[in-house]
Amino acid sequence: MARSLRGVAACAGVGTAGCGEAPGRSAIELLAESVHLALADAGLSVAEVDGVFAATAVHSMAAMSVAEYLGVRPTFSSGSNIGGSSFQAHALNAALALEAGLCNVAVIAYGSNQRSAGGFTSISEPMPYEAAYKPRNPVTAYALAAARHMHLYGTTRAQLAEVAVAARHWANLNPDAFAQGPLSIDDVLSARMINDPLGKLDCCLVTDGGAAMVMVRAEQARDRPKPPVYLLGAAMAHHHRMISAMPELTVSAAADSGPRAFEMAGVAQGDVDLLMLYDAFTINTILFLEDLGFCAKGEGGPFVSGGRIAPGGSLPVNTSGGGLSCVHPGMYGLYTMIEAVRQLRGEAGKRQVKDAEIALAHGNGGVLSSQVTSIWGTGATL
Amino acid sequence: MSDATTPGPEAQFRAYLDQGRFMIQRSKSTGACVFYPRVAAPGSGAADLEWVEASGEGVVYSTTVVRNRPEKGGDYNVALIDLAEGPRMMSRVVDIDPADVRIGMKVRARVGELDGAPQVLFAPL
Repeated sequence: MARSLRGVAACAGVGTAGCGEAPGRSAIELLAESVHLALADAGLSVAEVDGVFAATAVHSMAAMSVAEYLGVRPTFSSGSNIGGSSFQAHALNAALALEAGLCNVAVIAYGSNQRSAGGFTSISEPMPYEAAYKPRNPVTAYALAAARHMHLYGTTRAQLAEVAVAARHWANLNPDAFAQGPLSIDDVLSARMINDPLGKLDCCLVTDGGAAMVMVRAEQARDRPKPPVYLLGAAMAHHHRMISAMPELTVSAAADSGPRAFEMAGVAQGDVDLLMLYDAFTINTILFLEDLGFCAKGEGGPFVSGGRIAPGGSLPVNTSGGGLSCVHPGMYGLYTMIEAVRQLRGEAGKRQVKDAEIALAHGNGGVLSSQVTSIWGTGATL
Repeated sequence: MSDATTPGPEAQFRAYLDQGRFMIQRSKSTGACVFYPRVAAPGSGAADLEWVEASGEGVVYSTTVVRNRPEKGGDYNVALIDLAEGPRMMSRVVDIDPADVRIGMKVRARVGELDGAPQVLFAPL
């Protein structure tokens, strides 16, 4: 395998801004507010930032836009955009750059004002050989995957709905979550159909929001204001760009990225205290639980049933409320890592997972296309 | 492969569609068929792709109904079709209520029209 990056870098600070609705603020403003909050959290100044990692839906060259706005001159940057999992990939790239000494203080950042600006806007170009048939992507692609999973494994819409209900129950414990209030399986099943078999409440929120994370080398992380959260392992994989080119719609590339991330981290599924899985749609959570080895392929539907992944269940999943009920400003991956950090620091308030030491934050991008798995741990796990 | 004045595979595919023909590529050496059209076979890089007429036979791999307001044209089908030759493509199953399309359904291709342009569509056998 690759040379391990286990524990070489850590998250020293996180910040979020304008999650939900932030009328009147632009994407870069929400992003920069988040960066300044994350730097304050880390006890670092913006003048110390020399690594910039960013991707947004509104900046064609995000790393340059972000560095300019912050007023920093990075010695290393990456604006690589592989969709919503870009930020897990940025964390992997940041660890590499930090370890190599190419930068010392790395900022990973995202911002979007899509909700206030009028709704979801895709940055995707029309897919050749698909666009003529008018798939309403991304939802059409995920609906095709859900339909196939139901066909092969007998997964039901009620099982998909369990994912949305669990997310809402977590959101109800998170004062920062955008969607609050009671939600039943029947509510999800009776919501307006969007692309069969996915109804409105099988789909993620459309919100505004900024997010940022500061990463430094492990030795620089120890004397900061907050306990460091170490990157134990990370790996990426992608097989396709268009859903029609996905080899098997019920098996994502997380089946490739997951084992490599676990190997680097030196942990197994049973060691993980909580999972943050990019839940753009209810089918995502089921697919990633299977592909990452938390249940067998095809058993994701029964696995999520009966509240197993909800508050009080045996496996805490998407404890912020996820993309379904907390926040989803277009690209959500960074929020999965931020919630992992907050949980591992013990800062998660009423939704805190007791004695959490190891968290998995999995990013998904495109139409089940890019998959990047990251595993994080407290100092006790080193 | 070809000189710079020859149209590329995408343009050739569209030109065949304009003639009402559904053509796919096949590697002369491996016999494996390729869709969508490429300058070389994906994965292997085999550069010996030739055009062959698709049989038109296929099976629905997955299907969805895109819910759409009646004033915007109403609901329509989007499906992934496994061609008898091997490759998969996106298309629509027509001549049937979009909600009645089933995974595993046998379908046959025809060159129809969407928004004034020729496209490969499928109908139940």
